[in-house]
Amino acid sequence: MLDFVQMLGHNSLKFTRRLGGSFCFLCASLLRWPRWRRSFPLLIEQIYFIGVYSLLIIIISAAFIGMVLALQGHNTLEKFSASSQLGQLLALSVIRELGPVICALLFAGRAGSAIAAEIGLMQTTEQLASMEMMGVDPLWRIISPRFWAGFYVMPLLVLIFDMVAILGGYLISVDWLALDAGTFWSNMQSSVDFYTDVVNSVLKGLAFGFVVTWVSVYQGYYAPPNAEGISHATTRAVVYSSVFVLGLDLILTAVMLGGW
Amino acid sequence: MRVKPHIEIMVGFLLLLSIVALSFLAFKVSGLKSYVNKPETYLVHAEFDDIGNLKERASIRLAGVRIGQVVKIHLNPETFRADVVMAIYRKNNLPIDSSLRILTEGLLGTNYLALTPGYSDQSLKEGARIEETHSAMILENLIGQLLYRFKDDDKKDQKKHSKIEHKVVIS
Repeated sequence: MLDFVQMLGHNSLKFTRRLGGSFCFLCASLLRWPRWRRSFPLLIEQIYFIGVYSLLIIIISAAFIGMVLALQGHNTLEKFSASSQLGQLLALSVIRELGPVICALLFAGRAGSAIAAEIGLMQTTEQLASMEMMGVDPLWRIISPRFWAGFYVMPLLVLIFDMVAILGGYLISVDWLALDAGTFWSNMQSSVDFYTDVVNSVLKGLAFGFVVTWVSVYQGYYAPPNAEGISHATTRAVVYSSVFVLGLDLILTAVMLGGW
Repeated sequence: MRVKPHIEIMVGFLLLLSIVALSFLAFKVSGLKSYVNKPETYLVHAEFDDIGNLKERASIRLAGVRIGQVVKIHLNPETFRADVVMAIYRKNNLPIDSSLRILTEGLLGTNYLALTPGYSDQSLKEGARIEETHSAMILENLIGQLLYRFKDDDKKDQKKHSKIEHKVVIS
């Protein structure tokens, strides 16, 4: 009995310490005087590696998701002879939910794991330590650009995902299912609001980008310095950031729909 | 430190693509263009007993053509009726004795306001009030009335039958 209580206390203390540690880590890597001239090229490079490399998978999966959604939605809406509302269903579900969430999950799988593995390997081969010896702060040189790049790229990817998914759905519903293009767009326009739907989608993208890169960078930086540690760190980066994204999505949706 | 040019080109391409996506979502998907070249409108009030499911931004139509939209809906605290504020495009000159009905697009569609023009020579001005309004058809009420009518018919039938029986008995 007492062992169980002790285990509980031990684990909760460990959890709290890691939470505090990751927050201090975040503050240390972000709250520093920006040196624009020197850090801007690093940022561009990271945007390239994180954003442009994720672009292809985002576009392909968005097109397929939009198409599948149009087919499924048409199948169900047809039972109520309401298939003219397909554009509305497609746009609202993509912009409000699927866009940010699936984009974040793909981003965690594509970019988050890469960040964690890269930083973990740097830590293992003591590149970060030697950088510190040379008087270069690894938090500034390595961590901070990756973090900002993820934070900056994620909303852009969400926007592109939304557009491609809606165009894919349009292709299926107008060219294949022979719905009227005019009703498709006008029903969509009458139901989607720019400020409450599109802006919220971008805000969700910002929040998810923040969470995914924070988790991945932290897992990579504190990976145990061996091969097994790196593999665990990459797995944990993907798993934790997916879980956090889905949980945060529930909270954000409740706030945005309920108007807390 | 210089960044390689192809990296910069690809990052610029990403940025451009996302700007295209944003403008697509803004203008094509959410119909923001009505904010850009906003047509000139004038505001007109109308009071309804019951507005059903009418929402703000619902369209106002004359003969099926969109002539404006609902701007605001609130309760008039003195008359306990719904006060609907509408913005009507300025190019439309409407008679002052026009009337409004709340109709539904299809069976499950959204509500809109249908305007029936009157015969007066005077036209509606900024801040005018449309007096003649018909409240929304509410399906539950309609079903209720229908059932009531059926019951009445049943009773009448029964009375008729009983009278006939009486007559038969008397004769």
